[in-house]
Amino acid sequence: MARTAKKNPVDAIFSVVTAAASFTVIIFIAAILYELVHESSPAIARFGIWKFLSSTDWNPVTESFGALTNIYGTVLTTFLSLLMAIPVAIGIAVFVTEISPSFLKGPIGVAIELLAAIPSIIYGMWGLFTLSPIMSKYIEPFLKKIFSGLPVVGILFHGTPMGIDILTASIILSIMIIPFTASISRDSFNLTPAVVKESAYALGATKWEVVKNVVIPYSKVGVFGGIVLSLGRALGETMAVAFVLGNNHRITTSLFDAAATITVTLANEFAEADNDVYLSSLFYLALVLFVMSFITLAVAKFFLLRAERKYSR
Amino acid sequence: MKVLLKITLVLAVMLSFAHVEAAETLNGAGATFPYPVYSAWAFDYNKVTGMRLNYQSIGSGGGIRQITERTVDFGASDAPLASEKLQKDKLLQFPAVIGGVVPVVNIPGVKAGVMKLDSDAVCKIYLGEIKKWSDPRIKSLNPKLNLPDTEITVVHRSDGSGTTAIFTNYLSGVCPAWKTKVGAGTSVNWPAGIGGKGNEGVASYTKRQASSIGYVEFAYAEQNKLAYALLKNPAGNFVEPSFKTFEDAAATANFDPKKDFNLWLVNAPGKNSWPIAGATFILLAQEKTGSNKKVTAFYDWAFKNGDRKAKELVYVPLPASLKDKVRAYWKANGLQ
Repeated sequence: MARTAKKNPVDAIFSVVTAAASFTVIIFIAAILYELVHESSPAIARFGIWKFLSSTDWNPVTESFGALTNIYGTVLTTFLSLLMAIPVAIGIAVFVTEISPSFLKGPIGVAIELLAAIPSIIYGMWGLFTLSPIMSKYIEPFLKKIFSGLPVVGILFHGTPMGIDILTASIILSIMIIPFTASISRDSFNLTPAVVKESAYALGATKWEVVKNVVIPYSKVGVFGGIVLSLGRALGETMAVAFVLGNNHRITTSLFDAAATITVTLANEFAEADNDVYLSSLFYLALVLFVMSFITLAVAKFFLLRAERKYSR
Repeated sequence: MKVLLKITLVLAVMLSFAHVEAAETLNGAGATFPYPVYSAWAFDYNKVTGMRLNYQSIGSGGGIRQITERTVDFGASDAPLASEKLQKDKLLQFPAVIGGVVPVVNIPGVKAGVMKLDSDAVCKIYLGEIKKWSDPRIKSLNPKLNLPDTEITVVHRSDGSGTTAIFTNYLSGVCPAWKTKVGAGTSVNWPAGIGGKGNEGVASYTKRQASSIGYVEFAYAEQNKLAYALLKNPAGNFVEPSFKTFEDAAATANFDPKKDFNLWLVNAPGKNSWPIAGATFILLAQEKTGSNKKVTAFYDWAFKNGDRKAKELVYVPLPASLKDKVRAYWKANGLQ
């Protein structure tokens, strides 16, 4: 270690280049934030912060805009998709690492990675032309028949099933984020030391007990990281849901109703936003999403760090 | 290093060509609706004159912004701008081609061109006030049709679009309740129904959902053989969407060069006029005289030689009388 980077010119150049590469990221983030604030300033001046966040109005004709319907749609579809994706993803990871015979591990792993490589517009078109008819013809009428009579849950399943709704969008989103959660969970499960697992087996633990009491607690942090990554993807996903969500600026209780997310509104309305306040409000929406993503990631990072510290002790 | 040198050389050669070509390229940006016909015209025009036309279909809003900031030679918009706005931004405006909007229905047993609707019925369906096809108002228009007692699913666009702007301007023009409750624009607060993204989204939902109604561009309805409805025009006749009825609308509408052709081509007074149509417009910067002359030369050529191509793509060419008005407007503003 005596040969320091300072003495070797190649090393010095190398350090500068890598540092420059890293700083571009910070510069990009700052530039995007500046641009968003700058472009949305007319809307901020007109609607303020609290009024914009709490208003359910989205009316380009009267130039009255509020973000609440979009935030609601974003949070709801993200939450539902995580709800559906996490059990499946963890199931995949457990199967691949602990249960499956080794000749199956390769094909399943490749399939997961392929799923992650499909562009989101393909999911969107597939959702519109394939999934949405299936949902409206078979799955949603079936769900409605079962649940609509029940007292509280029934609220979620009323209305005419059209296949262009929160439920369909959430299913597509969940399919999109399964690969992220699954492959990261698989990798963290693999990090569980074989010695620990074997000791558990030696004590007479069953496979279920090993997974429940050894593997999952050991790799909690990694799994959580995978979930956060998918959360980030679900928050920002645009084209996959733009086709099947209907861009309906209303707060609805039924999963069979159309809704709007922030990104869906942007994708649908940006090109034809023909007056300044409208355009500025769309930038304002983007700023809201930026802050939302930032907060989510910050909270996740905080928990991850805390968990890591607990483990290292 | 040799590879690097080669790449640099190739790039340099390519760049120098790009430079030569740049002198012969017109840059335009705007509405997505006329993009296919503009690029078809540009392709033919390039063969005749060598002039290249680079048209970016980024949407009308983007087209207006880009020409206002003078980053392109011409902008294109589906919505006409008012003269005051044009004066403020030092712009000029003329119509280039016409498109129409067609209501399409999906009712079991009802074929294309059979259903008759008037403005009141269309408006009340889209307001959510007429809920069933068996409503007396629709029955009285279609006494011979066997209309089902099923709920109407209203389909509209979920994305902002010139098609929606034309459709909502039509509704605002004929229906006071629509004007006060909803209004007109590229995207509005729909009181009823579900939203499909793009013409394909609306067509797909309308086809799939029995007992539904939607609205799409004429070209889209024509090419996909959708069950269009007949509409009653202000002259009191039921007309079907066709080149003839669109041309009639454009010829009888009062396009005024003094107002920079600022007009929504809805509810035209002609006997055979289709009531829901719209011209798509070209915007020019007043001071860019050099490139303006090239742009008008292109559209002059397209007006003379492009009608057949436009019709092949199911766009409605401007009627001769309107072309003459546009040419006079060019002359008066020193564009030709």
